[in-house]
Amino acid sequence: MDVLKLDSGYDAAFVEAVMNESGQDPFACYQCGNCTAGCPYTFVYDLPVHQIMRLLQAGHKGRILQSHSLWLCATCESCTTRCPNNIDVARIMDVLRHMAGREGMITEKQVKQFNDSFLDSVKKHGRVFEFGTLVKYIARSGRFWSDADLGPKVMRKGKIAPRPHDIKGKDEVARIFHSVLGDGKK
Amino acid sequence: MSPELSYAYYPGCSGLSTSKDYEISTRAVCRALGIKLQEIPDWSCCGSTPAHTVDHVFSAALSARNLSLAEQMGSDTVITPCPSCLTNLKVAAHRMEQEPAFQQEVNRHLQEPCVNTVQVKSVLQALIQDLGPEAIAKQVEKPLSGLKIAPYYGCIMNRPPEVMDFDDPENPVAMDEILRGLGAEVLPYPLKVECCGASYGVARKDVVMQLSGKLLDLADSLGADAIATACPLCQMNLDLRQDQINAALKRSFRLPVFYYTQLMGLAFGLEEKDLLLNKLNVPAGPALAKMQQAAEAAAEQDAQTKEQ
Amino acid sequence: MKIGVFVCHCGSNIAGTVDVAGVAQAAKNFPEVAFATDLLYSCSEPGQEAIVQAVQEHDLDGVVVAACTPRMHEPTFRRAVERAGLNRYMFEMANIREHCSWVGKDKDANTRKASDLVLQAVEKLRFDRPLQAKSFDINKRVLVVGGGVAGIQAALDCADGGLEVVLLEKTSTIGGKMAKLDKTFPTVDCSSCILGPKMVDVSMHPNITLYAYAELESVEGYVGNFEVSVKKKATYVDWDKCTGCGLCMEKCPSKKAYDAFNEGIAPTRAINIPFPQAIPKRAVIDPTYCRQFIKGKCGVCAKVCPTEAIDYEMQDSFVQEKVGAVITATGYDLFDYRKYGEYGGGRYPDVITSMQYERLLNASGPTGGHIQRPSDGREPKKVVFIQCVGSRDKSVDRPYCSGFCCMYTAKQTILTKDHIPDSQSYVFYMDIRAPGKMYDEFTRRAMEEYGAQYIRGRVSQVYPYKDSLIVRGVDTLLGSQVEIEADLVVLAVGAEASRGASELAEKLRISYDAYGFYMESHPKLRPVETNTAGVYLAGACQGSKDIPASVGQGSAAAAKVLALFSKDQLESDPQVALVSQARCVGCGKCVQTCPFGAIQLAEDRAGNPKAEVIETVCQGCGLCTVTCPQSAIQLQHFTDNQILAEVNALCQQAMEESFES
Repeated sequence: MDVLKLDSGYDAAFVEAVMNESGQDPFACYQCGNCTAGCPYTFVYDLPVHQIMRLLQAGHKGRILQSHSLWLCATCESCTTRCPNNIDVARIMDVLRHMAGREGMITEKQVKQFNDSFLDSVKKHGRVFEFGTLVKYIARSGRFWSDADLGPKVMRKGKIAPRPHDIKGKDEVARIFHSVLGDGKK
Repeated sequence: MSPELSYAYYPGCSGLSTSKDYEISTRAVCRALGIKLQEIPDWSCCGSTPAHTVDHVFSAALSARNLSLAEQMGSDTVITPCPSCLTNLKVAAHRMEQEPAFQQEVNRHLQEPCVNTVQVKSVLQALIQDLGPEAIAKQVEKPLSGLKIAPYYGCIMNRPPEVMDFDDPENPVAMDEILRGLGAEVLPYPLKVECCGASYGVARKDVVMQLSGKLLDLADSLGADAIATACPLCQMNLDLRQDQINAALKRSFRLPVFYYTQLMGLAFGLEEKDLLLNKLNVPAGPALAKMQQAAEAAAEQDAQTKEQ
Repeated sequence: MKIGVFVCHCGSNIAGTVDVAGVAQAAKNFPEVAFATDLLYSCSEPGQEAIVQAVQEHDLDGVVVAACTPRMHEPTFRRAVERAGLNRYMFEMANIREHCSWVGKDKDANTRKASDLVLQAVEKLRFDRPLQAKSFDINKRVLVVGGGVAGIQAALDCADGGLEVVLLEKTSTIGGKMAKLDKTFPTVDCSSCILGPKMVDVSMHPNITLYAYAELESVEGYVGNFEVSVKKKATYVDWDKCTGCGLCMEKCPSKKAYDAFNEGIAPTRAINIPFPQAIPKRAVIDPTYCRQFIKGKCGVCAKVCPTEAIDYEMQDSFVQEKVGAVITATGYDLFDYRKYGEYGGGRYPDVITSMQYERLLNASGPTGGHIQRPSDGREPKKVVFIQCVGSRDKSVDRPYCSGFCCMYTAKQTILTKDHIPDSQSYVFYMDIRAPGKMYDEFTRRAMEEYGAQYIRGRVSQVYPYKDSLIVRGVDTLLGSQVEIEADLVVLAVGAEASRGASELAEKLRISYDAYGFYMESHPKLRPVETNTAGVYLAGACQGSKDIPASVGQGSAAAAKVLALFSKDQLESDPQVALVSQARCVGCGKCVQTCPFGAIQLAEDRAGNPKAEVIETVCQGCGLCTVTCPQSAIQLQHFTDNQILAEVNALCQQAMEESFES
């Protein structure tokens, strides 16, 4: 494992940006680890949440933004609800994910592909068209067999709508995409 | 009779598709209870999880468009059955209230600005707080006696408490109260708010297998006949993926996973077209038959005691 | 008038950011200033000597010292001017440290501000008049509120020192929290073996009057002469007749009463004596559970009582006591473990508090000292201890460290191993706080000799699964989520101010902090005194503390009272309100306003109502002076003229300048 340079490696601009975008003070964290203790996703994380918080205190942007954990957090709010220091940890995770996305550091491609497919569908129809989202995701990720067993169940029961429900204001919704995110995706 | 309850209604996208059963049963139950739902005209997607993982203004703008539409209806409260929609709408409203600059920024991207006057609630909250458990219990025609239910709320309906401001964030009881009123036996299910794996079913199935597997195991260990849920995503993970979970964990769970509104409808004596129980992947039949048998046995015993 | 001004360097504390020589130079031009100089350390012996000398050499009438806060050194300099032959109230202090040198870095601005502050003091001093303290007789009895170990210690020390003591205890026995404990750290000696004899001493001591099951109703008066009203709550048992035989408790048919002494871990009878060593050993009826009170019929205890002590008609009664000092030793309460929903306290029977566990360990407890799970009576093999439940947690408004939980938890792991040799204890902790004598060694023993597993991290959730409790936490040293299938979970609940602490504080007119703990007069130098003369603190009412610290404070408070009572008379502070009989119209507004009850309405010779200040009660707060519509009341040493002189000193020049421009 690399030696972390605590002095020269401290990225003040990064820490400030996280504080500004999240409205949270990472230095209120005393490393009790409650966030990790309660996080249902710790078992698939490469960095447990409390270590992300610690790295944030140490200003180590690189290790944080390269972590897979950012893309596996489901914002279930366990950490935020139970933090003894009232830190909205889930919001910090969200903000770090925004930053990783902006810097193109996407360590869980499939998660990002699924999210993109979902949002593309919203942009196009105004409401998400689940069937279309799935088709697009499968095409993007090439994961044809992962949920093949569900297909017949869903189809037989009519569990999924076969056609999109376009809304009248879909252009208005699409404009929100353009207006906030610009034409390129964040 | 209390004055008629009327709300702006936000069904959420999955209600038109994978959780049609939730949507139909919610509407049917509200109709039976005299609650008026006025669907927000031309509502759009709240953005769900994918939106807030990209940008918070973006996510809030997608939600605020709908809040703005509800305002234009002249409504003061919007209710939604889906916890994911609920969270997005509530987070947007909460943050706009806390940070005026944020609200301005959000409104910059909307055709009609959101004044942020509408209160957002879950259908569950409206049922328990505005209507009350007694009024619900009064509608019961066929009590769910003998049906042992594990109530599962999902992770975000009550959390974080500062934003959601409803029920206990660690041990919510609203659904318990309703189910008990229906005559069911509500089990002390301790993982009420533990995450099921959320939307990772598609991209990281392994995650859902573990997390939802744990929830099923706990319900099974308590001797549950069924699980009741209030969230489309939870229902899908626990029900539709139950066979996958069985295969992955080498288990053989057969636990039907109802929406609590379906159970209400059942107890109210509503018809299948209002319940859509046939949409469940794990069939409800055996659990309901067991309940029926228990009820008949109890009735018989009752009759015998009377004869004696 | 000839005034002397002394400007202190305070090393570099003041001189670093204020030109002290410049301030002294400027002061030479202030009205009636006959002498001004700067001093390196004015509070030092040579500094004080310089002041005394200057007074004598220059024949000064008054002294201004510009230095630090008067809270610290005003008494020092008053003594100095007195040594120089002046009245001690012919002295003013300008705070140019806390109010000036420490808060700004701009030396020019600081110097100007310091000069202004000195000018204010000079202007006030010009109106100072010599004041004389009065002496008054005192009542050398002491009231101790609270019969826990701190109050017991304070009462015994005072009583042994020859004082008459009135000891008040709100429950039916003294002993407090310590009486509930099984063993004590770091010696693992039996709690009741060391406390028991002290409790007996209290009951036997000729100088101690004990009121158990009693509360402080009201307090009047002032240091040396308090009058207190004690409420003796109805016990429904005549304690003069009751012999403590326990027959009533044995026969009582109401068996589901809440047992506060056993922390609710098992029920007790509606009439009960909390434990065998109780002092006084007397029975009390709990009317919320007694059938005679609920249903109007039963009477079993009255029938079986051999001394006919039962009295269902008993009412609360009141006793008046006169004392000269009060020691509050009201202790603490435990954090409500139900507040952490994620741990399930109150929902899952096998999640208990550390104090409940103490009762399970204790041979006089409901299980006879056998550790049994409340749910099924099974002996637990895996016991998990969770630290900081209601300590160091902002989210439940308890950001402070309770200080003793680390130690009692270590003790409980040792006792667990003693009771159940094949058991394993696990302790989730954030930091181990063990700074006392032999304390850290003790926690090491728990780990090294008794094999307690210490896990660095918090627990996020506890939930029942089959026959066990799943404890899910983190080991931050491993960087890993961890789980334990436990049989019993013990929550190391923290301390909070005892319920009712703020109400009592208001009766005693003492201050308390945001959490309800009583404020000491100085956090380092006056730890057992309050800002109300004659009222002292002992034990955890001032802040969470363990037994040795509580006992130490009990003795310290007793020493303070003994010192106070070493004189037969006390001097009153003459900086009190004074009524001008000529101006007073007897409206009585001041009487209503005074928070200390120091003003009463009397009649002058012509029979007109007039306000009258009881000098020994008045605390000099000044509320009456601003309330009086006639300006008939003046606070000595802080008269309207003096305050206005200070205001003018600051504003006149600025005002004149603004008119000129």
